[in-house]
Order: sequence, then structure tokens, then C-alpha cells
Amino acid sequence: MARAAQQRSMVSRVVLGSDPVRRAIYIVGMVPAVWYFYAGINNQLGADPLNVLERALGLWALRFLVAGLAITPLRRLGGPNFIRYRRAIGLLAFYYAALHLTTYLVLDQGLDLAAIWADIVKRPYITVGMLAFIVLVPLAVTSNGPSIRRLGARWNSLHRLVYIAAAAGALHFIMLVKVWPLEPLIYAALVAGLLLFRFQAYARKRWAPQPAAKRERTRSAS
Amino acid sequence: MIIRRPPDIRASEITPKSVYLRRREFLGGAAALGVAAALPFGPAWAALTAAKSPFSTDEPQTPLKDVTSYNNFYEFGTDKDDPAKNAHTLTTTPWKIKADGLIDKPAEYDLDDLIKDIALEERIYRMRCVEGWSMVIPWVGIPLASVLKRLEPQSSAKYVAFETLVRPSEMPGQKGLFQALPWPYVEGLRLDEAMHPLTILAIGLYGEKLPNQNGAPVRLVVPWKYGFKSIKSIVRISLTDSQPKISWEVANAREYGFYSNVNPDVSHPRWSQATERRIGGSTGGLGGLFAKRHPTLIFNGYGDQVAKLYDGMDLKKNF
Ligand code: HEM
Repeated sequence: MARAAQQRSMVSRVVLGSDPVRRAIYIVGMVPAVWYFYAGINNQLGADPLNVLERALGLWALRFLVAGLAITPLRRLGGPNFIRYRRAIGLLAFYYAALHLTTYLVLDQGLDLAAIWADIVKRPYITVGMLAFIVLVPLAVTSNGPSIRRLGARWNSLHRLVYIAAAAGALHFIMLVKVWPLEPLIYAALVAGLLLFRFQAYARKRWAPQPAAKRERTRSAS
Repeated sequence: MIIRRPPDIRASEITPKSVYLRRREFLGGAAALGVAAALPFGPAWAALTAAKSPFSTDEPQTPLKDVTSYNNFYEFGTDKDDPAKNAHTLTTTPWKIKADGLIDKPAEYDLDDLIKDIALEERIYRMRCVEGWSMVIPWVGIPLASVLKRLEPQSSAKYVAFETLVRPSEMPGQKGLFQALPWPYVEGLRLDEAMHPLTILAIGLYGEKLPNQNGAPVRLVVPWKYGFKSIKSIVRISLTDSQPKISWEVANAREYGFYSNVNPDVSHPRWSQATERRIGGSTGGLGGLFAKRHPTLIFNGYGDQVAKLYDGMDLKKNF
């Protein structure tokens, strides 16, 4: 009895992590996916339930990507520090992107491989979406303690790929609309703003106050 | 006589009670006398009687609820459910249509006059949207040809151009910073396409007057072309000798052409046109989420009737 409970809690710790807040983030974060799927099979998503489900999952993937990117700027600008939860948020972005892709492959295209391949190579918005997804895969695979320790400093450079995923995700959204509605532009602006913030911080560190000798060297090198 | 309504909207919510009660009386009286409600237009409570047509398909029809809640009508917003939410503000009586250009009877017509005494027909057509979904809709309307003949086209007329209403006070999509398209929305057909017996002006669907979100009070339906060709809430019909610049072509000429005939072999940069998803999510079970795509047919399956219009034309170039 006690052993079974212990085992169960071990399993849930491995799956969800031991921090209760982090666990809550995973659980709450998956609520939209469960809700949309449930509503879909109960005919509550309107006339074209598949498209609503597909789009909702894509939109949540993008939202979690933006949320993950916002954590550092938020802290730098004197806001609360959510850095401990960044990995959970990043993984949620990946889960949603994977569900979004699965919905597209299985429910939308019915696993018609020829049609899927044609879409990926011929339809730029799908190409860009696929790029965003592929970029997220190594990040998701290395989002665990052992990988962080093993990769050391390289882990940080690897995880900068998230900027590419977010930019590609926002671009994918803009490319798939027929006209210029506000929503994709808002997401694109958010992603652009967050990337700019990082770049600015990086540029400041790289080029601002430096010892005279070093500055001299940089200048002659350029 | 069957009058269908979305089950969640009581007739009393749409129609003033007195009119609603009179409608009951009227229908009762009509039934008793064995007289059909032969009013093609006019009071909001008139149900439409229409003759069946050999052009109709017997495929399962898309539920009324879906036909009236999933619309592309950017004058009311760009989301599929915006028109159903916003179009109730549109006033459709009186409704004038300006007819001009290369015709002998140019004038500003009252819609009722323009279609008076032309027998209504029910046309159950497939409708294929350029976005890769489709519906089957029982329209009520009249052949466009019969209206064009009334306008007496001159021999130099080669094309027909149509315009949708511009009325920002009632069409929220025409207000504000983010407007989807330049207004008015313009569509057009070659004269032989316009005169083809499949081409209709619809004033109703499912046996009742058109709901606003579907293009009330009068819209075009050209079943072998992508849905955006079937322009809604028409206020102007012009006959011309040069090919009209249609709105989507102006917005993005690489993606949308004047002809826009349904064609599985010409794919749109955003959507493969080889297959389509039949809308009907509310019909039951898991059908909506797990429905299979259907293969799209050339000319939306109306090739026997219309392919000859395009003899010798390169349909890949003239997409
Ligand atoms: C990180 C990866 C991705 C992100 C962030 C993302 C994001 C989005 C967003 C925000 C939308 C629009 C949602 C809306 O309209 O509200 C969307 C739609 C869509 N995405 Fe993605 N996406 C990603 C990857 C992919 C991939 C890999 C595919 C397919 C191979 C794909 C296929 C689609 C499709 C088919 C739609 C719907 C288009 C339509 O309704 O016409 N996406 N995605």
C-alpha cells in the first residue's frame, strides 16, 4: 500500500517535477488542450471543429513561447523572477507545438504523406511552422537536469535557438492569414520586442564600457 | 410548409411579436386555402416558396446552424463567427441596386422591382471555399440571366461587375484601423458565365430569406467557382467591355485570379486545392473532428455544364 503510493509519487515527480508550483504550471498549462479536445469531440467548437482545435493548439504554443521569452526581461526590468518556471513554460510550448503538428498530420491531413510533404515544401507558412517545430525539438530533449550539467555553457548557446522558434512561429502566424488582422501582428510585435530587448542587452554587454586597450583592439579589428 | 430556424433562436426574438403572430395567422390561412405564400419579397415574415430544380444535388445538406455561423464576410469582421455576431445591425429594406454601364435600361432599381415576377427556384449547390472547406446549401433564388435580360445589355458588353454595400455605420469591418480590404468589395464575371443557367442571384436559403450574415438581401451564387466570387449584399451591377478588377485580385494578384474556377490541379500558395473538408461539425458524434477530406472536383463537379465555357483556355494561367 505505502509502497504503491511511494512509487506513484515518484512517477509523478519524474513526470511533473517536485516543485508544487511547477507541477501546477504543467497541469494548468495543459487545461486548454484538454478543454479544446473535449469540446471538439462533443461538437462544441462550431462548424469547423478541426480547424478551431488546430488553431487553438498553435496559438497556445506561440503564447507559451512568448511567455518563456518574457521571463528574463521581466526580471531585468525589476519585475518578479520566474526563472525557475521557465523550463516548464518552454516545455509546454513544445507540447502544444507537438499537439498542433499531430492534429495537422492526423486529423487535418489524415496522414496522407504525399499531401503533407507537398504542403511542407510548397506552402511557405507550413515550411516556416515546421522550421519552428524542428528547432524546438533539441531544446525539449535537453530540458532536463542531466543535459544541463552535461552541456554546460553550450546549453545556453543551444537554447538561444528559442529566438528562432519564436520568430518563425510569429512569422508562420502572419503568413497564414489572408489579410492583415490585428492578432498576428500583436504576436509578431511582442516577439520582435522581446528579441530586441535581448539583443540590446547583449550589445550593451559586448560593446559598451570596456577597458581602453580592449576597445582599441575591437576597433582595429573592425 | 416547413419553416426552419436555428433551434436556439425563437422567432419571437427576431420578429416583433405582432408581426410574428400575424405570420402565424397568415400561414394558417394560406394552408387552409391551399395557397402558397407567393410573396417573393417584402415583409420579414415571408417564407419563400420555390420550385425544385434539376440542377440541385442530393448530397447531404450542411446544417442551417453551420451555414449561418461560419461565414467569410469581411465587411463584418475577419473571423468566421464575426458576421453571425455583427450582421444583425444591417438594414436591408429598402434595398436599391444601381444598374449601369453598357445596358439600355440603366437606373436605380428597387430590389423588389428588379426581381418581380421571376419564379423562385430552390438550388441545392455545393459551395467550395478557396480555404479548402465546402458546404452543401439549399439556396432560393433566380437565374441571374433573367435579371440581366431585364437590363438589356448592349452588344458591346462583355463582363458584369458587382459591388457590395459600403455602410460603415452598419458594417463594423469597414471601420477602424485594420480593414481587411479596400471597399467596396468588387466581383465580376464574363457575360457568358453570368448568363449561364447555373448562375443565380440568391435571396434565401433553407426556404427563408437570406440571413444578413449570408449576404442579405441579395447575393450572387456561382457554384463552380470559389466562394469569394459569390459576392454578397449587392448594390451595384455594371456591364462593361473590360475585365473588372476584382477585390481579391487587387489585394493579392499572385494568389487570386479573375476566373477562380474550382480546380484541384491549380494549388493556391497557401492551400492545396486537391481536397476539401465538408463543414458539418454539429451533425453528430465525432464526425466533425475525425471527418475525412473529400477529393475536390474540377469546376466543383459542375464540369458537364460549364467546362465548354473555357474551351481552349489554359486554366493554369487563367486561374
Ligand atoms: C513552434 C511551432 C508552431 C507555432 C508556434 C505555430 C503557431 C500557429 C498559430 C499561432 C496559428 C494560428 C492560430 C490562429 O489562427 O488563431 C497556427 C495555425 C496553423 N499551423 Fe501552426 N505553428 C507551429 C508549427 C506548425 C507546424 C509544424 C505545422 C504543420 C506542419 C503547422 C500548421 C498549421 C496549420 C495548418 C494552421 C492552420 C491554418 C489554417 O487554419 O488555415 N504549424 N499555427
